[in-house]
Amino acid sequence: MNLDELYQEVILDHYKRPRGFGLREPYEGESHQVNPTCGDEITLRVHVDGDRVADVSYENVGCSISKASASVLYELVHDTTVDDALARLGEFTELMNSKGQSEGDEETLEDAVAFAGVSKYPMRVKCALLGWMAFKDALVRAETAIPGRTDG
Amino acid sequence: MEAVTKLDVESIRADFPILRRRIGDRQLAYLDSAATSQKPVQVVEAMRRFTDHSNANISRSVHTLGAEATEAYEGARARVAAFIGAPSPDEVVFTKNSTESINLLAYAFQNAAFDPAADPRFKLGPGDEIVVTEMEHHANLVPWQQLAQRTGATLKWIGVTDHGRLDLESVAEVVTERCKVISFTHVSNLLGTVNPTSQITARAREVGALVGLDASQSVPHLPVNVAELGVDFIAFTGHKMLGPTGIGVLWAKADLLDAMPPFLTGGSMIKTVTMERTTFADAPAKFEAGTPPIAEAVGLAAAVDYLDELGMENVRAHEKELAGYMLERFETVDGLTVVGPRVPIGRGATVSFTFADVHPHDVGQILDAEGIAVRVGHHCAKPTCDRFGVNATTRASAYVYNTREEIDRLVEALGQVRKVFG
Ligand SMILES: Cc1ncc(COP(=O)(O)O)c(C=O)c1O
Repeated sequence: MNLDELYQEVILDHYKRPRGFGLREPYEGESHQVNPTCGDEITLRVHVDGDRVADVSYENVGCSISKASASVLYELVHDTTVDDALARLGEFTELMNSKGQSEGDEETLEDAVAFAGVSKYPMRVKCALLGWMAFKDALVRAETAIPGRTDG
Repeated sequence: MEAVTKLDVESIRADFPILRRRIGDRQLAYLDSAATSQKPVQVVEAMRRFTDHSNANISRSVHTLGAEATEAYEGARARVAAFIGAPSPDEVVFTKNSTESINLLAYAFQNAAFDPAADPRFKLGPGDEIVVTEMEHHANLVPWQQLAQRTGATLKWIGVTDHGRLDLESVAEVVTERCKVISFTHVSNLLGTVNPTSQITARAREVGALVGLDASQSVPHLPVNVAELGVDFIAFTGHKMLGPTGIGVLWAKADLLDAMPPFLTGGSMIKTVTMERTTFADAPAKFEAGTPPIAEAVGLAAAVDYLDELGMENVRAHEKELAGYMLERFETVDGLTVVGPRVPIGRGATVSFTFADVHPHDVGQILDAEGIAVRVGHHCAKPTCDRFGVNATTRASAYVYNTREEIDRLVEALGQVRKVFG
């Protein structure tokens, strides 16, 4: 097994110095997710302003992969449009499900391409996706909380 | 103390082909037997021989194979009964695993609630109490929690000390006259603690409660004799004692099994059936609805033979030595904190620990890269983790085939963990 491929410098750096950590106000949607096999947990909030994801804030406990992934998520989706954030969510999920067959597009995924190696470790894919699941859920909650934003 | 014959670990290892596996370019060091043990060729062979030669459904056919299969299945029951010192094979019920064994018992209480003629020992309601401990596997906690919720009974528990021992001083206080059943783990799968049983069983007798053990982690590792233990029931699981998955055991005293309503119903557990009603077979058949795990029972009997051949006293002595060695080596590792007893007394060779602030997932991943298999997570004992203020631990657990060298490799690999996350 090639450990360097899994624990890339970028991942260890996000793990040791998480970006955007902490729970902040205001927010419209909040989600709490746990990984029942290992006890990793995250609470994540989304602040939506118009068609923008104005802020994503979070607190989490867990392994290096789940913590680094939340930090990378923050960098990618805060202060972007909701549509772009959803596109990143789709791309990252696809990368994680690629079983090592995809390298990811550095143009759009930036630091998140470092997680390409994680996709070869089925036991760790859940760790990498935990924060993103929370983001997806919190965004749905935010959209339903904001009047006029539901499509029916 | 009499001198104990050591296990011949080298020849034991030769019986386990999987131990010759390589993980990447490293030799496998399997230190996860508390999750599931490996199987010797003798077990696999016995199952193959049965399947190739005698396979048939049991108790349903008059043909030769049917008779052979029935004999093999009932022979396995007798073999298991003798192994745990049960007075009669009829007290051994085959299930799917420990979890089902415990549920079978909990459902006996629940089903008794609907039966006015049920034995009063199984009648539970508001005001009655069920007692477990704070070091249970979820398998011996959740079924009782559910039972309490459904019947209105109260679930209570014996606490755990900072050293990972049961708080036995509280037993008289926790177990009151209202207690109907106490179910507690014989050996903790998270902490490795071997619980002394006599004080709790004595208290159970005093208050007239039924008392039994989750023996999932004791039957594989130490001599267990149900008569000597003086308990009413024990549950254990085949795959942790060199046997196959898919088979477990509930042992209970004959008069209890007689009094218990069945759990699952259907074929093979009946005396007579009409369109309106059914009378049930005697135990153990009453609790074995449907086609049971026949080849698995044969495999379990072969595992029991294997353990008997080694001698359970020798198994215990071997693991005591490995536990001592593991704890001693762990002492020397900076940043490692053992969760559970730190001395090799009253504990088995299952040792949980935290390592600096590196998450157990990351510890386990790096150990895997070195070929070392350990378990990480909450080990299905979340409340016990909470008790010690940890989210998860790394757990190394040894069995008959493990060596000191494998523990040395584990300790060395922790250095590697430090290098990546230091
Ligand atoms: C103490 C204890 N009880 C119960 C179980 C459940 O065993 P099974 O999963 O085979 O039902 C286990 C192991 O997983 C255990 O360690």
